[in-house]
Amino acid sequence: MSSMLKITNLHATVAGKEILKGLDLELKAGEIHAIMGPNGAGKSTLGNVLAGREGYEVTQGEVLFNGKNLLELEPEERACEGVFLAFQYPVEMLDSVGFLRLVRQKLEVLHIGDELLHRAVNEGFSGGEKKRNEIFQMAVLEPTLAILDETDSGLDIDALKTVAEGVNRLRSKDRGMIVVTHYQRLLDYIVPDKVHVLADGRLVATGGAELALKLEEQGYAWLEDGGIATLDADSAVETASP
Amino acid sequence: MSGETSTIDKMVEQKYQHGFVTDIESDTIPPGLSADVIRAISARKNEPEWLLEWRLKAYEHWLGMEQPDWAHLNIEPIDFQAISYFSAPKSDKDRPQSLDDVDPKLLETYDKLGVPLHERARLAGVAVDAVFDSVSVGTTFKAELNKAGVIFCSFSEAVQDHPELVKKYLGTVVPQRDNYFAALNCAVFTDGSFVFIPKGVRCPMELSTYFRINAAETGQFERTLIVAEEGSHVSYLEGCTAPMRDENQLHAAVVELVALEDANIKYSTVQNWYPGDENGLGGIYNFVTKRGDCRGARSRISWTQVETGSAITWKYPSCILRGDDSVGEFYSVALTNNYQQADTGTKMIHIGRNTRSKIISKGISAGHGQNAYRGLVRITPRAENARNYTQCDSMLIGKKCGAHTFPYIEVRNPTAKVEHEATTSRIGEDQLFYCLQRGISEEDAVSMIVDGFCKQVFRELPMEFAVEAKALLEVSLEGAVG
Repeated sequence: MSSMLKITNLHATVAGKEILKGLDLELKAGEIHAIMGPNGAGKSTLGNVLAGREGYEVTQGEVLFNGKNLLELEPEERACEGVFLAFQYPVEMLDSVGFLRLVRQKLEVLHIGDELLHRAVNEGFSGGEKKRNEIFQMAVLEPTLAILDETDSGLDIDALKTVAEGVNRLRSKDRGMIVVTHYQRLLDYIVPDKVHVLADGRLVATGGAELALKLEEQGYAWLEDGGIATLDADSAVETASP
Repeated sequence: MSGETSTIDKMVEQKYQHGFVTDIESDTIPPGLSADVIRAISARKNEPEWLLEWRLKAYEHWLGMEQPDWAHLNIEPIDFQAISYFSAPKSDKDRPQSLDDVDPKLLETYDKLGVPLHERARLAGVAVDAVFDSVSVGTTFKAELNKAGVIFCSFSEAVQDHPELVKKYLGTVVPQRDNYFAALNCAVFTDGSFVFIPKGVRCPMELSTYFRINAAETGQFERTLIVAEEGSHVSYLEGCTAPMRDENQLHAAVVELVALEDANIKYSTVQNWYPGDENGLGGIYNFVTKRGDCRGARSRISWTQVETGSAITWKYPSCILRGDDSVGEFYSVALTNNYQQADTGTKMIHIGRNTRSKIISKGISAGHGQNAYRGLVRITPRAENARNYTQCDSMLIGKKCGAHTFPYIEVRNPTAKVEHEATTSRIGEDQLFYCLQRGISEEDAVSMIVDGFCKQVFRELPMEFAVEAKALLEVSLEGAVG
């Protein structure tokens, strides 16, 4: 089966500073990949580059999405192709009832009450409500590729479970997902097919779900201490070539 | 300027020598302002002596007044001698006699803007009094209105046919000396609309007037007077469109509304005068005095305005709540893009007991636009139990525009209840990217956000006007982002 998303040697700069420095990633339909890594590694940049945000300049490399050159498309075109980015910090929008008109039947996915429809998008929402709303919109838009950018940050355990449950219900053989997270705990609820470690703009390690546990246990410092090399065979880690 | 003035004066005098009073062939009085020009206007319109005297008195007042500078506006000096104060379309014989004779280009412009003139007027059930520059060119549905006893005609016709009504109410809401531009209008006004709804009559249709500035270099000074007698109801729509023009043009109108006991007047405006180009060149100066007098008990006057055009807007549709239990309302959307400036708002003067007023103001600034809300709520000593609610919201699009709020609240009665709420928000890059990421184009995103922002005002407009207003906002915001 061919890849839904194929990122090759991706370099990207923000305000002239290189953040992604040759990132390679392949994701097949139906897979969930987790991307973990320390602050400043480039996790959010990856999501923004894939979504086509202004100010994120690709200087080198290629991104194929279902065989199409994703980087040529405008952000809204990417969205229409089925790329969805759940924001780390969803902005407050003013009243836009039209958007919510689509959606009533999707509410039960996230246990969101009908009263939400009478509120403006993200206006006056708590952090948890905003994140839930992101997943809710994902349920409505039914994307081909969903990128969840630190959707777990700032959530208490109940909200985290609700969000994870929503994501799991949206898991399907036709849909790919990239879950960007700083902590392992989200992966207790969303079990990824692969876990990648992003450090200094590159994927430095790739493994199964157990890699996340290892990271949780030993922290990212372990990477800097040359930990990758010391991983033993049964963690099934492929180390990226430098 | 004085050299120029004397030349103009000479020209005017010359005209007089050639008997220009009866010279209906000439279509425009040359630029310049003097008592003689005012006499000429009055003579052409065959006005009674008292009205000429009234004009001349206003002109005297105006000469002693100074142009106000308190507004948050940057106004280039106006050369009042460079303006032509009267312009009619050509000579009488090729003046349009009916809608069929109206310049097709004018109709086309109306068409583009969705103006329900012509067939659409019939379909929409709207009576239209189109002001083609200074002369009214077509009025529909007159018969039906006549049957109801409603008078809806051009101001000039009213002066001829109903002088007693005009004399009784003219200048009783906006006094001649009210302000600089109102005084000027009193002196030189050329035409406008007159509406009279007799006692107990509910006007059978919405009355609509579309104004248009046609000839170049022509200041337009309309005057509208609406009188609603006891227990009557009327909804009046006013729309403005103007073609491209490079010179700044002055538009100083006066609107007076009188609501007697239990009367109800709803006045809606969509203003789309030429705003100037994207560098701030040209555009209309829209300096308008609009005021309603809730003269009788339980009367109600409601202003709704959507201001998207003009280089500079200076306008405060107000209500004098004189009658006990009377109600004043003001709903406004004002948009400034590019280098447009607006200083607009309202005055609610509470005089009667149990008077209530409501102000909903939405200002949108984009480009280098400057948008100011200026509003006065005055509760006078005898206005027991007066209530006011004011909501004043500003939205900024981009980083070079400005929004300003100047609320004045004067309360002289301890039983009053006055509320003021204000918000300022910005459509930022984050919000736009969020919309784009959800597959909504930038323009759709902006208009969606702006629509939502303006909803409270749009829903006060009659349906077809609301549609036009939305379309206008979209057109006006084109290129505002990115």
